[in-house]
Amino acid sequence: MKTDELIAMLASGADAVESHPLRRRFALALGWGAFGTTLLMAILLGVRPDIAEAARLPMFWVKLAFPAALAAGALLAAVRLSCPGVRLGRMPAAIAAPVLAVWLLAAIVLLGATPAERPQLVFGDTWVYCPFIIAALSVPLFGALLWAMKGLAPTRLELAGASAGLLAGAGSALIYALHCTETAAPFLGFWYVLGMSVPAAIGAAIGPSVLRW
Amino acid sequence: MSASEDRLRDLLVRGLAGDTSTYHAFLKELSAHLRAFLRGRLSRLPDEVEDLVQETLLAVHNQRHTYDAGQPLTAWIHAIARYKLIDLLRRRAGRDVLNDPLDDELEVFAASQTEADDARRDLATLLERLPDRQRLPIIHMKLHGMSVVEATRITGMSEAAVKVGVHRGLKALAAMIRDER
Repeated sequence: MKTDELIAMLASGADAVESHPLRRRFALALGWGAFGTTLLMAILLGVRPDIAEAARLPMFWVKLAFPAALAAGALLAAVRLSCPGVRLGRMPAAIAAPVLAVWLLAAIVLLGATPAERPQLVFGDTWVYCPFIIAALSVPLFGALLWAMKGLAPTRLELAGASAGLLAGAGSALIYALHCTETAAPFLGFWYVLGMSVPAAIGAAIGPSVLRW
Repeated sequence: MSASEDRLRDLLVRGLAGDTSTYHAFLKELSAHLRAFLRGRLSRLPDEVEDLVQETLLAVHNQRHTYDAGQPLTAWIHAIARYKLIDLLRRRAGRDVLNDPLDDELEVFAASQTEADDARRDLATLLERLPDRQRLPIIHMKLHGMSVVEATRITGMSEAAVKVGVHRGLKALAAMIRDER
């Protein structure tokens, strides 16, 4: 087939295309993914029974705000990485900012504590399974987001996969925070970040094969 | 921005709204730019140029819903052409065949070359390998220029199935090109 014939073929009967499919796809993926992740947590873990009391503590809200801020940055990055030729701009900084804020808070808390208190602040009671659960709960969100990206056109596949993984991890951490009873910033700064990094790293590794088009 | 940018963007935006003749003109002009751009970068693989022009055109068509009218077209086209070029070089396992760096977006519309060589890969042959539910809608609608209604009459498929068949068939064609090497 000559190139001119291909062009005629492609142009023939080409209907108007849907505008803003990007928003629709991401909205669908986030909706279904968050539903799946929430369902998974409700079945496996449940919401902490003392949530009404816990909600009076500022740290409870920090624990929600941190993954929420990270998810917002990762979402903007994922959207930009899904379309050819859109620059990332300040997105890396927007993603780094909440992590740095939590690390700063953690440093202040650790410096103000006695050496005997510090291990409890870092390890809490749940460090053994916290990162694992965050990574596991992210699976529905992760799958849905990869589906959304696959229907678009990412050209930097490692970064695109990583942003989808980070968004899924942050969403998962946000939902898991309704179950988790840890309250220390150092715990958050290490184990939550670790849990969210797992899907991000997996995304970077599988992006080039899964998202190829 | 260059004159080509403004002109091509205008053609594409009208094409995306459903005006097939301006969309045809867009693809035609774009193919000449792509040919010049890729020839400059694949001078050690001249036989691959026309195949890659076709592959990139198919990619532009299949992914045209990701173009945002507020975005420079140069950046969008350059990112797609660069992606397909790098993909080709990876498949051939040697990035050293690349002559020039690929970072300058404006290069993509800098020159134009309307003289096409023959493509080595025949898309018509690949088209034959698609399943009937994709192949027939493409042949009737895209090659014979029938309307959706005429295509449904001939194939006995529903309107939705015909449209989906065209869409999925062209995506499957891109996947076959990608995986054949």
